[in-house]
Amino acid sequence: MVRRPKRERSGMKMLEIDGLDVWFGRDRDRVDAVKQATFDVASGESFGLVGESGSGKSTILRAITGLAPTWSGNIKVGGQRIERKRARAFYKQVQMVFQDPYASLHPRHSVDAVLGETLHLHGFRDIDARVVRLLDDVGLGQKFRFRYPHQLSGGQRQRVAIARALAPEPELLLLDEPTSALDVSVQAEILNLLADLRQEHGLTYLMVSHDLSVVGHMCDRLAVMKDGEIVEIMDVADLRAMKATHPYSQHLLQASV
Amino acid sequence: MNPLLDIENLWVRFPTRQGTFDAVRGISFSLGRERLGIVGESGSGKSMTGRAILRLIRPPGIVEADHIKLGGVDLLEKSEKEMRDVRGERISMVMQDPKFSLNPVMTIGDQIIEAYRLHNKASKSTAWTKALEMLEAVSIRNPERVMRAYPHEMSGGMGQRIMIAMMLIPNPEILIADEPTSALDVSVQRQVLDIMDKLVKERGMGLIFISHDLNLVADFCDRVLIMYAGRIVEVCDADKLHDAQHPYTRGLLNSLPRLDTPRDRLDVLTRDPSWSDAPSVSGRA
Repeated sequence: MVRRPKRERSGMKMLEIDGLDVWFGRDRDRVDAVKQATFDVASGESFGLVGESGSGKSTILRAITGLAPTWSGNIKVGGQRIERKRARAFYKQVQMVFQDPYASLHPRHSVDAVLGETLHLHGFRDIDARVVRLLDDVGLGQKFRFRYPHQLSGGQRQRVAIARALAPEPELLLLDEPTSALDVSVQAEILNLLADLRQEHGLTYLMVSHDLSVVGHMCDRLAVMKDGEIVEIMDVADLRAMKATHPYSQHLLQASV
Repeated sequence: MNPLLDIENLWVRFPTRQGTFDAVRGISFSLGRERLGIVGESGSGKSMTGRAILRLIRPPGIVEADHIKLGGVDLLEKSEKEMRDVRGERISMVMQDPKFSLNPVMTIGDQIIEAYRLHNKASKSTAWTKALEMLEAVSIRNPERVMRAYPHEMSGGMGQRIMIAMMLIPNPEILIADEPTSALDVSVQRQVLDIMDKLVKERGMGLIFISHDLNLVADFCDRVLIMYAGRIVEVCDADKLHDAQHPYTRGLLNSLPRLDTPRDRLDVLTRDPSWSDAPSVSGRA
Protein backbone atom coordinates (compact mmCIF):
# COMPACT_ATOMS: atom_id res chain seq x y z
CA MET A 1 0.00 0.00 0.00
CA VAL A 2 0.98 3.60 -0.44
CA ARG A 3 2.08 4.95 2.91
CA ARG A 4 1.68 8.62 3.46
CA PRO A 5 4.95 10.45 3.07
CA LYS A 6 6.47 10.96 6.47
CA ARG A 7 7.30 14.51 7.39
CA GLU A 8 11.00 14.10 7.86
CA ARG A 9 12.17 16.89 10.09
CA SER A 10 15.78 15.91 9.52
CA GLY A 11 14.87 12.55 11.10
CA MET A 12 14.13 14.23 14.42
CA LYS A 13 12.70 12.17 17.23
CA MET A 14 9.42 13.56 18.56
CA LEU A 15 9.36 11.33 21.61
CA GLU A 16 12.13 9.35 23.23
CA ILE A 17 11.43 7.10 26.18
CA ASP A 18 14.31 5.40 27.90
CA GLY A 19 14.12 3.03 30.87
CA LEU A 20 10.72 4.27 32.01
CA ASP A 21 9.41 2.78 35.26
CA VAL A 22 5.98 3.65 36.62
CA TRP A 23 4.72 2.32 39.93
CA PHE A 24 1.78 2.83 42.25
CA GLY A 25 1.65 2.44 46.02
CA ARG A 26 4.69 1.68 48.10
CA ASP A 27 6.46 -1.01 50.08
CA ARG A 28 4.23 -4.06 50.37
CA ASP A 29 1.49 -2.61 48.15
CA ARG A 30 3.79 -1.43 45.41
CA VAL A 31 2.64 -2.34 41.93
CA ASP A 32 5.08 -1.91 39.07
CA ALA A 33 2.79 -0.91 36.23
CA VAL A 34 5.51 -0.21 33.66
CA LYS A 35 8.98 -1.74 33.79
CA GLN A 36 11.93 -0.39 31.82
CA ALA A 37 9.97 0.74 28.78
CA THR A 38 12.23 2.00 26.01
CA PHE A 39 11.11 3.18 22.58
CA ASP A 40 11.09 6.27 20.44
CA VAL A 41 8.71 7.84 17.98
CA ALA A 42 9.98 9.82 14.99
CA SER A 43 8.48 13.15 14.10
CA GLY A 44 5.39 12.61 11.95
CA GLU A 45 5.25 8.91 12.77
CA SER A 46 2.28 7.05 14.18
CA PHE A 47 3.24 4.56 16.85
CA GLY A 48 0.92 2.01 18.47
CA LEU A 49 0.94 0.38 21.90
CA VAL A 50 -1.00 -2.87 22.18
CA GLY A 51 -1.60 -5.37 24.95
CA GLU A 52 -4.37 -6.57 27.21
CA SER A 53 -5.88 -4.54 30.03
CA GLY A 54 -3.49 -4.09 32.89
CA SER A 55 -0.41 -4.38 30.68
CA GLY A 56 0.55 -0.76 31.34
CA LYS A 57 -0.05 0.75 27.92
CA SER A 58 -2.29 3.57 29.12
CA THR A 59 0.00 4.15 32.08
CA ILE A 60 2.81 5.09 29.69
CA LEU A 61 0.61 7.81 28.20
CA ARG A 62 -0.36 9.01 31.66
CA ALA A 63 3.28 9.15 32.73
CA ILE A 64 4.15 11.26 29.68
CA THR A 65 1.39 13.79 30.38
CA GLY A 66 2.08 13.87 34.11
CA LEU A 67 -1.10 12.11 35.22
CA ALA A 68 0.95 9.34 36.84
CA PRO A 69 3.39 11.21 39.08
CA THR A 70 5.49 8.27 40.32
CA TRP A 71 7.86 7.48 37.48
CA SER A 72 11.56 7.34 36.83
CA GLY A 73 13.65 7.16 33.69
CA ASN A 74 14.01 9.49 30.77
CA ILE A 75 11.23 11.05 28.74
CA LYS A 76 12.21 13.45 26.00
CA VAL A 77 9.70 15.35 23.90
CA GLY A 78 11.14 17.10 20.86
CA GLY A 79 14.62 16.54 22.25
CA GLN A 80 13.73 18.27 25.51
CA ARG A 81 13.93 16.25 28.72
CA ILE A 82 10.70 16.25 30.75
CA GLU A 83 11.03 17.41 34.34
CA ARG A 84 8.68 16.56 37.21
CA LYS A 85 7.05 19.96 36.87
CA ARG A 86 6.04 20.40 33.30
CA ALA A 87 6.41 23.78 31.65
CA ARG A 88 3.43 25.43 30.03
CA ALA A 89 5.13 24.93 26.66
CA PHE A 90 4.88 21.18 27.20
CA TYR A 91 1.09 21.25 27.14
CA LYS A 92 1.17 23.21 23.91
CA GLN A 93 3.29 20.48 22.42
CA VAL A 94 1.56 17.36 23.81
CA GLN A 95 -2.18 16.72 24.08
CA MET A 96 -4.22 13.65 24.91
CA VAL A 97 -7.54 12.18 23.74
CA PHE A 98 -9.19 9.82 26.22
CA GLN A 99 -11.08 6.60 25.75
CA ASP A 100 -14.51 7.49 26.98
CA PRO A 101 -16.02 10.58 25.37
CA TYR A 102 -18.87 10.37 27.88
CA ALA A 103 -16.52 10.86 30.82
CA SER A 104 -13.98 13.28 29.37
CA LEU A 105 -16.31 16.22 28.67
CA HIS A 106 -17.87 18.35 31.41
CA PRO A 107 -21.63 17.69 31.28
CA ARG A 108 -22.54 21.32 31.99
CA HIS A 109 -20.09 23.02 29.65
CA SER A 110 -21.18 23.68 26.10
CA VAL A 111 -18.86 22.79 23.22
CA ASP A 112 -18.14 26.52 22.89
CA ALA A 113 -17.13 26.78 26.56
CA VAL A 114 -14.93 23.67 26.41
CA LEU A 115 -12.98 24.88 23.39
CA GLY A 116 -13.01 28.55 24.39
CA GLU A 117 -11.60 27.86 27.83
CA THR A 118 -8.82 25.68 26.46
CA LEU A 119 -7.88 28.37 23.95
CA HIS A 120 -7.99 31.06 26.63
CA LEU A 121 -5.73 29.02 28.93
CA HIS A 122 -3.20 28.67 26.17
CA GLY A 123 -3.15 32.41 25.66
CA PHE A 124 -4.84 32.73 22.31
CA ARG A 125 -6.57 36.02 21.56
CA ASP A 126 -8.65 35.23 18.47
CA ILE A 127 -10.74 32.67 20.33
CA ASP A 128 -13.92 33.13 18.32
CA ALA A 129 -12.27 32.50 14.96
CA ARG A 130 -10.32 29.57 16.34
CA VAL A 131 -13.39 27.81 17.78
CA VAL A 132 -15.01 28.07 14.34
CA ARG A 133 -11.91 26.66 12.68
CA LEU A 134 -11.52 23.80 15.18
CA LEU A 135 -15.13 22.71 14.71
CA ASP A 136 -14.67 22.74 10.94
CA ASP A 137 -11.43 20.79 11.30
CA VAL A 138 -13.11 17.92 13.11
CA GLY A 139 -16.09 17.97 10.74
CA LEU A 140 -18.70 19.17 13.18
CA GLY A 141 -19.56 22.63 11.86
CA GLN A 142 -21.20 25.64 13.47
CA LYS A 143 -24.52 24.15 14.48
CA PHE A 144 -22.82 22.13 17.21
CA ARG A 145 -21.09 25.10 18.80
CA PHE A 146 -23.58 25.81 21.55
CA ARG A 147 -24.62 22.26 22.29
CA TYR A 148 -24.02 20.40 25.54
CA PRO A 149 -22.45 16.92 25.65
CA HIS A 150 -25.78 15.18 26.26
CA GLN A 151 -27.06 16.62 22.98
CA LEU A 152 -24.27 14.89 21.05
CA SER A 153 -23.81 11.29 19.97
CA GLY A 154 -20.76 9.28 21.05
CA GLY A 155 -18.93 9.95 17.80
CA GLN A 156 -19.69 13.69 17.92
CA ARG A 157 -18.45 13.83 21.51
CA GLN A 158 -15.20 12.17 20.53
CA ARG A 159 -14.86 14.78 17.77
CA VAL A 160 -15.22 17.53 20.38
CA ALA A 161 -12.56 15.82 22.51
CA ILE A 162 -10.25 15.73 19.48
CA ALA A 163 -10.97 19.41 18.76
CA ARG A 164 -10.07 20.25 22.35
CA ALA A 165 -6.81 18.36 22.03
CA LEU A 166 -6.02 20.19 18.78
CA ALA A 167 -6.76 23.64 20.26
CA PRO A 168 -3.23 24.44 21.50
CA GLU A 169 -1.82 23.32 18.11
CA PRO A 170 0.14 20.37 19.52
CA GLU A 171 2.78 18.35 17.71
CA LEU A 172 2.29 15.09 19.59
CA LEU A 173 -1.14 13.61 20.19
CA LEU A 174 -1.56 10.80 22.72
CA LEU A 175 -4.59 8.69 21.82
CA ASP A 176 -5.86 6.38 24.55
CA GLU A 177 -8.26 3.90 22.89
CA PRO A 178 -10.01 6.72 21.01
CA THR A 179 -12.59 4.48 19.33
CA SER A 180 -13.15 1.52 21.64
CA ALA A 181 -16.36 3.00 23.08
CA LEU A 182 -17.84 3.61 19.61
CA ASP A 183 -19.76 1.57 17.04
CA VAL A 184 -17.78 0.18 14.11
CA SER A 185 -19.37 2.56 11.62
CA VAL A 186 -18.52 5.55 13.84
CA GLN A 187 -15.08 4.11 14.51
CA ALA A 188 -14.37 4.24 10.78
CA GLU A 189 -15.32 7.95 10.70
CA ILE A 190 -13.11 8.83 13.65
CA LEU A 191 -10.14 6.82 12.33
CA ASN A 192 -10.45 8.56 8.96
CA LEU A 193 -10.64 11.93 10.71
CA LEU A 194 -7.51 11.17 12.74
CA ALA A 195 -5.65 10.10 9.60
CA ASP A 196 -6.68 13.33 7.81
CA LEU A 197 -5.70 15.53 10.75
CA ARG A 198 -2.32 13.88 10.97
CA GLN A 199 -1.77 14.63 7.30
CA GLU A 200 -2.98 18.25 7.48
CA HIS A 201 -1.28 19.28 10.70
CA GLY A 202 1.80 17.07 10.47
CA LEU A 203 1.03 15.46 13.80
CA THR A 204 2.82 12.64 15.57
CA TYR A 205 0.58 10.00 17.14
CA LEU A 206 1.16 7.67 20.03
CA MET A 207 -1.90 5.44 20.07
CA VAL A 208 -2.99 2.87 22.63
CA SER A 209 -5.43 0.18 21.57
CA HIS A 210 -6.34 -3.39 22.39
CA ASP A 211 -7.51 -3.86 18.81
CA LEU A 212 -4.66 -5.01 16.59
CA SER A 213 -6.51 -4.28 13.37
CA VAL A 214 -7.07 -0.65 14.42
CA VAL A 215 -3.38 -0.25 15.22
CA GLY A 216 -2.53 -2.02 11.98
CA HIS A 217 -4.65 0.52 10.12
CA MET A 218 -3.43 3.65 11.88
CA CYS A 219 0.20 3.09 12.79
CA ASP A 220 3.59 2.60 11.16
CA ARG A 221 5.20 0.74 14.05
CA LEU A 222 3.94 -0.77 17.27
CA ALA A 223 5.08 -2.11 20.60
CA VAL A 224 3.46 -5.15 22.21
CA MET A 225 3.18 -4.98 25.99
CA LYS A 226 2.66 -7.66 28.58
CA ASP A 227 2.68 -7.28 32.37
CA GLY A 228 4.24 -3.83 32.19
CA GLU A 229 7.04 -4.77 29.83
CA ILE A 230 7.47 -4.15 26.15
CA VAL A 231 8.02 -7.63 24.72
CA GLU A 232 8.37 -6.68 21.08
CA ILE A 233 8.58 -3.66 18.81
CA MET A 234 7.72 -4.30 15.19
CA ASP A 235 6.72 -2.75 11.88
CA VAL A 236 3.10 -2.91 10.84
CA ALA A 237 4.23 -4.72 7.67
CA ASP A 238 5.54 -7.54 9.88
CA LEU A 239 2.28 -7.53 11.80
CA ARG A 240 0.30 -7.94 8.60
CA ALA A 241 2.58 -10.74 7.46
CA MET A 242 1.98 -12.37 10.88
CA LYS A 243 5.72 -12.26 11.50
CA ALA A 244 5.70 -11.75 15.24
CA THR A 245 8.70 -13.25 17.01
CA HIS A 246 7.66 -13.16 20.66
CA PRO A 247 5.22 -15.96 21.62
CA TYR A 248 2.90 -13.50 23.36
CA SER A 249 2.54 -11.30 20.26
CA GLN A 250 1.91 -14.42 18.19
CA HIS A 251 -0.81 -15.42 20.63
CA LEU A 252 -2.34 -11.94 20.44
CA LEU A 253 -2.25 -12.01 16.64
CA GLN A 254 -3.97 -15.37 16.50
CA ALA A 255 -6.66 -14.26 18.94
CA SER A 256 -7.53 -11.21 16.84
CA VAL A 257 -7.70 -12.74 13.37
CA MET B 1 -38.50 -29.59 15.14
CA ASN B 2 -40.49 -27.26 17.33
CA PRO B 3 -38.65 -24.07 18.13
CA LEU B 4 -37.82 -23.37 21.76
CA LEU B 5 -38.92 -19.80 21.43
CA ASP B 6 -41.17 -18.14 18.90
CA ILE B 7 -41.74 -14.43 18.72
CA GLU B 8 -44.32 -12.75 16.53
CA ASN B 9 -44.54 -9.02 15.86
CA LEU B 10 -42.65 -7.71 18.89
CA TRP B 11 -42.78 -3.99 19.65
CA VAL B 12 -41.02 -2.11 22.42
CA ARG B 13 -42.19 1.47 22.90
CA PHE B 14 -41.20 4.29 25.19
CA PRO B 15 -43.53 7.26 25.56
CA THR B 16 -41.58 10.53 25.62
CA ARG B 17 -42.51 14.18 25.65
CA GLN B 18 -41.94 14.25 21.90
CA GLY B 19 -44.28 11.33 21.29
CA THR B 20 -43.76 7.57 21.39
CA PHE B 21 -40.33 6.23 20.60
CA ASP B 22 -40.33 2.75 19.07
CA ALA B 23 -37.15 0.95 20.09
CA VAL B 24 -38.19 -2.36 18.50
CA ARG B 25 -40.67 -2.25 15.64
CA GLY B 26 -42.52 -5.45 14.88
CA ILE B 27 -39.91 -8.17 14.64
CA SER B 28 -40.59 -11.88 14.42
CA PHE B 29 -38.10 -14.68 14.87
CA SER B 30 -37.72 -18.14 16.32
CA LEU B 31 -34.98 -19.90 18.21
CA GLY B 32 -34.25 -23.62 18.07
CA ARG B 33 -31.41 -25.49 19.72
CA GLU B 34 -28.91 -23.23 18.01
CA ARG B 35 -26.70 -20.22 18.50
CA LEU B 36 -28.57 -17.23 17.18
CA GLY B 37 -26.66 -13.97 16.87
CA ILE B 38 -28.29 -10.54 16.91
CA VAL B 39 -26.04 -7.75 15.64
CA GLY B 40 -26.51 -4.06 15.10
CA GLU B 41 -25.21 -0.69 16.22
CA SER B 42 -26.08 0.93 19.51
CA GLY B 43 -29.70 2.02 19.43
CA SER B 44 -30.74 -0.65 16.93
CA GLY B 45 -32.91 -2.38 19.54
CA LYS B 46 -30.92 -5.56 19.99
CA SER B 47 -30.62 -5.35 23.78
CA MET B 48 -34.24 -4.29 24.08
CA THR B 49 -35.24 -7.45 22.21
CA GLY B 50 -33.34 -9.58 24.73
CA ARG B 51 -34.88 -7.78 27.68
CA ALA B 52 -38.37 -7.87 26.21
CA ILE B 53 -38.28 -11.67 26.01
CA LEU B 54 -37.73 -11.87 29.77
CA ARG B 55 -40.21 -9.03 30.32
CA LEU B 56 -37.51 -7.00 32.00
CA ILE B 57 -38.61 -3.70 30.49
CA ARG B 58 -40.01 -1.51 33.24
CA PRO B 59 -42.87 0.93 32.85
CA PRO B 60 -43.25 3.43 31.24
CA GLY B 61 -41.72 1.16 28.57
CA ILE B 62 -44.34 -0.92 26.78
CA VAL B 63 -43.83 -4.40 25.33
CA GLU B 64 -46.36 -5.57 22.77
CA ALA B 65 -46.36 -8.71 20.67
CA ASP B 66 -48.78 -11.10 19.04
CA HIS B 67 -47.01 -13.75 21.08
CA ILE B 68 -43.72 -14.64 22.75
CA LYS B 69 -44.08 -18.38 22.98
CA LEU B 70 -41.74 -20.44 25.12
CA GLY B 71 -42.44 -24.08 24.39
CA GLY B 72 -45.98 -23.27 23.27
CA VAL B 73 -46.88 -21.05 26.24
CA ASP B 74 -47.25 -17.31 25.76
CA LEU B 75 -45.01 -15.43 28.18
CA LEU B 76 -47.08 -12.26 27.80
CA GLU B 77 -50.06 -13.90 29.50
CA LYS B 78 -48.10 -14.91 32.57
CA SER B 79 -48.41 -12.97 35.80
CA GLU B 80 -45.37 -11.29 37.29
CA LYS B 81 -45.16 -14.10 39.85
CA GLU B 82 -45.21 -16.80 37.18
CA MET B 83 -42.57 -14.90 35.23
CA ARG B 84 -40.20 -15.29 38.16
CA ASP B 85 -40.26 -19.04 37.61
CA VAL B 86 -39.32 -18.52 33.99
CA ARG B 87 -36.42 -16.17 34.66
CA GLY B 88 -33.32 -18.09 35.55
CA GLU B 89 -34.96 -21.50 35.47
CA ARG B 90 -36.02 -21.62 31.82
CA ILE B 91 -34.45 -18.53 30.30
CA SER B 92 -31.46 -16.82 31.84
CA MET B 93 -29.45 -13.83 30.82
CA VAL B 94 -25.80 -12.78 31.01
CA MET B 95 -25.30 -9.03 30.85
CA GLN B 96 -22.43 -7.01 29.51
CA ASP B 97 -20.51 -5.98 32.59
CA PRO B 98 -19.94 -8.42 35.47
CA LYS B 99 -19.18 -5.46 37.72
CA PHE B 100 -22.81 -4.42 37.67
CA SER B 101 -24.45 -7.83 37.68
CA LEU B 102 -22.79 -9.37 40.75
CA ASN B 103 -23.80 -8.36 44.24
CA PRO B 104 -20.77 -6.54 45.70
CA VAL B 105 -21.55 -7.39 49.35
CA MET B 106 -22.13 -11.14 48.97
CA THR B 107 -19.43 -13.74 48.43
CA ILE B 108 -19.38 -15.44 45.04
CA GLY B 109 -20.23 -18.77 46.69
CA ASP B 110 -23.31 -17.41 48.44
CA GLN B 111 -24.56 -15.89 45.20
CA ILE B 112 -24.21 -19.08 43.19
CA ILE B 113 -25.74 -21.15 45.99
CA GLU B 114 -28.66 -18.73 46.18
CA ALA B 115 -29.20 -19.05 42.42
CA TYR B 116 -29.20 -22.84 42.72
CA ARG B 117 -31.43 -23.12 45.77
CA LEU B 118 -33.98 -20.72 44.36
CA HIS B 119 -34.85 -23.23 41.69
CA ASN B 120 -33.89 -26.56 43.29
CA LYS B 121 -34.78 -28.02 46.65
CA ALA B 122 -31.36 -28.86 47.97
CA SER B 123 -29.44 -28.71 51.21
CA LYS B 124 -26.74 -26.11 51.62
CA SER B 125 -23.95 -28.65 51.35
CA THR B 126 -25.17 -30.18 48.09
CA ALA B 127 -25.62 -26.69 46.73
CA TRP B 128 -22.03 -25.91 47.75
CA THR B 129 -20.64 -28.92 45.88
CA LYS B 130 -22.87 -28.12 42.90
CA ALA B 131 -21.54 -24.56 42.85
CA LEU B 132 -17.96 -25.81 43.05
CA GLU B 133 -18.55 -28.14 40.10
CA MET B 134 -20.05 -25.31 38.12
CA LEU B 135 -17.08 -23.03 38.78
CA GLU B 136 -14.79 -25.81 37.61
CA ALA B 137 -16.92 -26.19 34.48
CA VAL B 138 -16.23 -22.56 33.57
CA SER B 139 -12.50 -23.26 34.11
CA ILE B 140 -11.93 -21.26 37.24
CA ARG B 141 -8.78 -22.36 38.96
CA ASN B 142 -8.88 -22.71 42.71
CA PRO B 143 -12.70 -22.66 43.01
CA GLU B 144 -12.68 -23.01 46.82
CA ARG B 145 -10.93 -19.67 47.16
CA VAL B 146 -13.23 -18.04 44.61
CA MET B 147 -16.31 -19.29 46.50
CA ARG B 148 -15.20 -17.31 49.55
CA ALA B 149 -14.12 -14.23 47.59
CA TYR B 150 -16.09 -11.05 46.91
CA PRO B 151 -16.73 -9.76 43.37
CA HIS B 152 -14.21 -6.89 43.63
CA GLU B 153 -11.42 -9.45 44.06
CA MET B 154 -12.16 -10.91 40.62
CA SER B 155 -10.87 -9.77 37.25
CA GLY B 156 -13.32 -8.93 34.46
CA GLY B 157 -12.85 -12.26 32.71
CA MET B 158 -13.31 -14.23 35.91
CA GLY B 159 -16.38 -12.17 36.82
CA GLN B 160 -17.97 -12.94 33.49
CA ARG B 161 -17.24 -16.67 33.84
CA ILE B 162 -18.80 -16.57 37.31
CA MET B 163 -21.88 -14.91 35.83
CA ILE B 164 -22.10 -17.67 33.23
CA ALA B 165 -21.75 -20.30 35.96
CA MET B 166 -24.51 -18.67 37.95
CA MET B 167 -26.80 -18.39 34.96
CA LEU B 168 -26.28 -21.99 33.91
CA ILE B 169 -26.60 -23.65 37.30
CA PRO B 170 -30.45 -23.80 37.22
CA ASN B 171 -30.04 -25.54 33.83
CA PRO B 172 -32.15 -23.21 31.67
CA GLU B 173 -33.38 -24.05 28.18
CA ILE B 174 -32.37 -20.71 26.75
CA LEU B 175 -29.45 -18.43 27.54
CA ILE B 176 -29.57 -14.82 26.42
CA ALA B 177 -26.09 -13.31 26.36
CA ASP B 178 -26.08 -9.53 25.94
CA GLU B 179 -22.58 -8.48 24.83
CA PRO B 180 -21.04 -10.98 27.25
CA THR B 181 -17.48 -10.38 26.10
CA SER B 182 -17.42 -6.70 25.12
CA ALA B 183 -15.83 -5.67 28.41
CA LEU B 184 -13.10 -8.31 28.10
CA ASP B 185 -9.70 -8.52 26.40
CA VAL B 186 -9.39 -10.39 23.12
CA SER B 187 -7.39 -13.20 24.68
CA VAL B 188 -9.93 -13.72 27.48
CA GLN B 189 -12.83 -13.22 25.08
CA ARG B 190 -12.03 -16.43 23.19
CA GLN B 191 -11.81 -18.39 26.42
CA VAL B 192 -15.21 -17.20 27.68
CA LEU B 193 -16.80 -17.94 24.31
CA ASP B 194 -15.35 -21.45 24.21
CA ILE B 195 -16.77 -22.18 27.65
CA MET B 196 -20.18 -20.86 26.66
CA ASP B 197 -20.09 -22.84 23.44
CA LYS B 198 -19.18 -26.06 25.21
CA LEU B 199 -21.90 -25.72 27.83
CA VAL B 200 -24.55 -24.78 25.29
CA LYS B 201 -23.66 -27.79 23.13
CA GLU B 202 -23.49 -30.26 26.01
CA ARG B 203 -26.83 -29.22 27.43
CA GLY B 204 -28.61 -28.72 24.12
CA MET B 205 -29.59 -25.19 24.99
CA GLY B 206 -30.69 -22.39 22.74
CA LEU B 207 -28.45 -19.33 22.79
CA ILE B 208 -29.27 -15.78 21.81
CA PHE B 209 -26.01 -13.94 21.42
CA ILE B 210 -26.34 -10.17 21.23
CA SER B 211 -23.27 -8.33 20.01
CA HIS B 212 -22.05 -5.38 17.97
CA ASP B 213 -19.00 -7.32 16.80
CA LEU B 214 -19.69 -8.76 13.35
CA ASN B 215 -16.58 -10.90 13.11
CA LEU B 216 -17.18 -12.45 16.49
CA VAL B 217 -20.76 -13.33 15.60
CA ALA B 218 -19.77 -14.69 12.19
CA ASP B 219 -17.28 -16.90 13.95
CA PHE B 220 -19.35 -18.08 16.86
CA CYS B 221 -23.01 -18.34 15.87
CA ASP B 222 -25.08 -20.53 13.54
CA ARG B 223 -27.53 -17.92 12.33
CA VAL B 224 -27.46 -14.14 12.46
CA LEU B 225 -30.18 -11.48 12.56
CA ILE B 226 -29.01 -8.01 11.56
CA MET B 227 -30.99 -5.24 13.19
CA TYR B 228 -31.27 -1.62 12.12
CA ALA B 229 -33.50 1.01 13.73
CA GLY B 230 -35.63 -1.56 15.56
CA ARG B 231 -36.18 -3.87 12.62
CA ILE B 232 -34.52 -6.97 11.25
CA VAL B 233 -33.03 -5.98 7.89
CA GLU B 234 -31.36 -9.26 7.05
CA VAL B 235 -31.14 -12.85 8.21
CA CYS B 236 -28.32 -15.10 7.13
CA ASP B 237 -26.25 -18.09 8.08
CA ALA B 238 -23.29 -16.98 10.15
CA ASP B 239 -20.70 -18.55 7.87
CA LYS B 240 -22.20 -16.63 4.95
CA LEU B 241 -22.26 -13.29 6.78
CA HIS B 242 -19.38 -12.01 4.69
CA ASP B 243 -21.49 -12.50 1.56
CA ALA B 244 -24.38 -10.55 3.06
CA GLN B 245 -26.51 -8.63 0.59
CA HIS B 246 -28.11 -5.78 2.48
CA PRO B 247 -26.24 -2.47 2.00
CA TYR B 248 -26.30 -1.85 5.77
CA THR B 249 -24.60 -5.15 6.56
CA ARG B 250 -22.13 -4.57 3.75
CA GLY B 251 -21.44 -1.08 5.09
CA LEU B 252 -20.76 -2.40 8.57
CA LEU B 253 -18.43 -5.07 7.25
CA ASN B 254 -16.53 -2.61 5.07
CA SER B 255 -16.07 -0.12 7.87
CA LEU B 256 -13.89 -2.56 9.82
CA PRO B 257 -10.14 -2.20 9.47
CA ARG B 258 -8.57 -5.51 8.51
CA LEU B 259 -5.08 -6.77 9.07
CA ASP B 260 -4.86 -8.74 5.85
CA THR B 261 -6.17 -6.04 3.50
CA PRO B 262 -4.64 -2.66 4.27
CA ARG B 263 -6.45 0.44 3.02
CA ASP B 264 -5.68 4.12 3.13
CA ARG B 265 -9.19 5.10 4.14
CA LEU B 266 -11.98 3.16 5.75
CA ASP B 267 -15.39 3.15 4.13
CA VAL B 268 -17.90 5.23 5.98
CA LEU B 269 -21.47 4.03 6.23
CA THR B 270 -23.93 6.22 4.31
CA ARG B 271 -27.35 5.63 5.75
CA ASP B 272 -30.32 5.32 3.44
CA PRO B 273 -33.61 6.42 5.07
CA SER B 274 -35.41 3.64 3.19
CA TRP B 275 -33.61 1.04 5.35
CA SER B 276 -35.63 1.98 8.40
CA ASP B 277 -38.91 2.13 6.45
CA ALA B 278 -38.53 -1.29 4.85
CA PRO B 279 -40.63 -3.98 6.57
CA SER B 280 -38.92 -6.28 9.01
CA VAL B 281 -37.56 -9.56 7.64
CA SER B 282 -38.83 -12.68 9.39
CA GLY B 283 -36.14 -14.36 11.44
CA ARG B 284 -37.67 -17.82 11.45
CA ALA B 285 -35.42 -20.75 10.68
